[in-house]
Amino acid sequence: MSIEKLSRREIARLVAQDIPDGAYVNLGIGIPTLVAAFLPSDRDVILHTENGIVGMGPGDPGMPLDLDLINASKEAVTLLPGASITDHVMSFAMMRGGHLDLTVLGAFQVSGGGDLANWDTGEPGTIPAVGGAMDLVAGARQVYITMEHVTKRGEPKIVQQCSYPLTGSGVVDRIYTDLAIIDITPGELMVRGMVAGLTLEALQAVTDCPLSLAPDWRELIVEAN
Amino acid sequence: MLDKIVESLHEAVADVQDGAVVLIGGFGASGVPTELICALLEQGARDLTIVNNNAGNGPRGLSQLVEAGRVRKMICSFARSSDRKNPNAAAFADAYRAGRIELECVPQGTMAERMRAAGAGMGPFFTPTSYGTPLARGKETRVIDGVGYVLETPLKGDLALVKAQQGDRWGNLVYRYAGRNFAPVMCTAATLTVAQVDEIVPLGAIEPQHVMTPGIFVQRVVQAGDQHVH
Repeated sequence: MSIEKLSRREIARLVAQDIPDGAYVNLGIGIPTLVAAFLPSDRDVILHTENGIVGMGPGDPGMPLDLDLINASKEAVTLLPGASITDHVMSFAMMRGGHLDLTVLGAFQVSGGGDLANWDTGEPGTIPAVGGAMDLVAGARQVYITMEHVTKRGEPKIVQQCSYPLTGSGVVDRIYTDLAIIDITPGELMVRGMVAGLTLEALQAVTDCPLSLAPDWRELIVEAN
Repeated sequence: MLDKIVESLHEAVADVQDGAVVLIGGFGASGVPTELICALLEQGARDLTIVNNNAGNGPRGLSQLVEAGRVRKMICSFARSSDRKNPNAAAFADAYRAGRIELECVPQGTMAERMRAAGAGMGPFFTPTSYGTPLARGKETRVIDGVGYVLETPLKGDLALVKAQQGDRWGNLVYRYAGRNFAPVMCTAATLTVAQVDEIVPLGAIEPQHVMTPGIFVQRVVQAGDQHVH
């Protein structure tokens, strides 16, 4: 049986389903940005952006770009009723100070011990640019990662030791890939879900660290796109 | 009578010295005091150290200062162009790759907190941000109650340039939406703070509880509005 990998939108939808009502959340660039579109309408999930907005609403393509209403990706956003705006000191106090329930970020690599590499490929000629990534992972109560399970060359992105420069050490709690949902718990990587037709052996073959299957693991259902 | 309003952008930055550390507000293109940066370009100070979240936002402003060779060093959290199709920090990238400019890459929250420390009279402080990463290299670290910390030093400016929506003659400022970003902390961390404002309002027009930066942190206010410097 052939395996159908999850699309970026399907990964985002799975993350959105797992965010509880009332959570304060910071979404990173890439797949994490897509999460906002799949948040269930019967929950208040309050989105924070590092430039000081708490209660960010979706972008409105019909509106002219207001440079003072942008997110961390410098895209236009709206404000929900109840939103607030603050300066950088306060905004990063929210991040570093443990006030955000969750951040969802992309990654180049995650290690079995929860180390994250997502800011610099370390290639010659790249300009180092970290933004707020290190502050986020230092302080957010939960760090979820969304990424493809392997690189374009088929190499595992869940590795024993990150070869890319670290963003934070021992910070990742859960990984959503196009194949599986994996929790990083002390001492082991626990598979919570896998796409239809995938076996633990096949998943292990593309993962650099030993995996365990949770007794209550589930098959990841692909729904709407 | 106390009056911090200056008549022109030129006058607002007339006495900036070569070698100055200049804190410049803004996040992306939001809250950037572009007119003041252009005035600084015209003023001619050289060998500057610029502290800004980004290393340029399109061809105007900071990119011109970099292109003109006035900047010795950038202290930045994100010096890369966020838009590959329309690179907004192209002048910096060229200067950096040619070895004409130095870059200190600082985590964004650490940058804000280093200025907060400078403005609040604090000394160096321990932060968990960047512990165990390449950005902590060469810095003192310590594990306290099981958490790793990196020692960071206050970041003080000779000059801060910020943009606000409203200002009065005492220097009280109100910012518009997320244009606030780094401006309040930069106002506290510089010896000389210059605010360009869209509108100058009479004393008392800003409700006291709505003042975002009290005038004690601001030395000069200049109306920029749609004004441009050539």
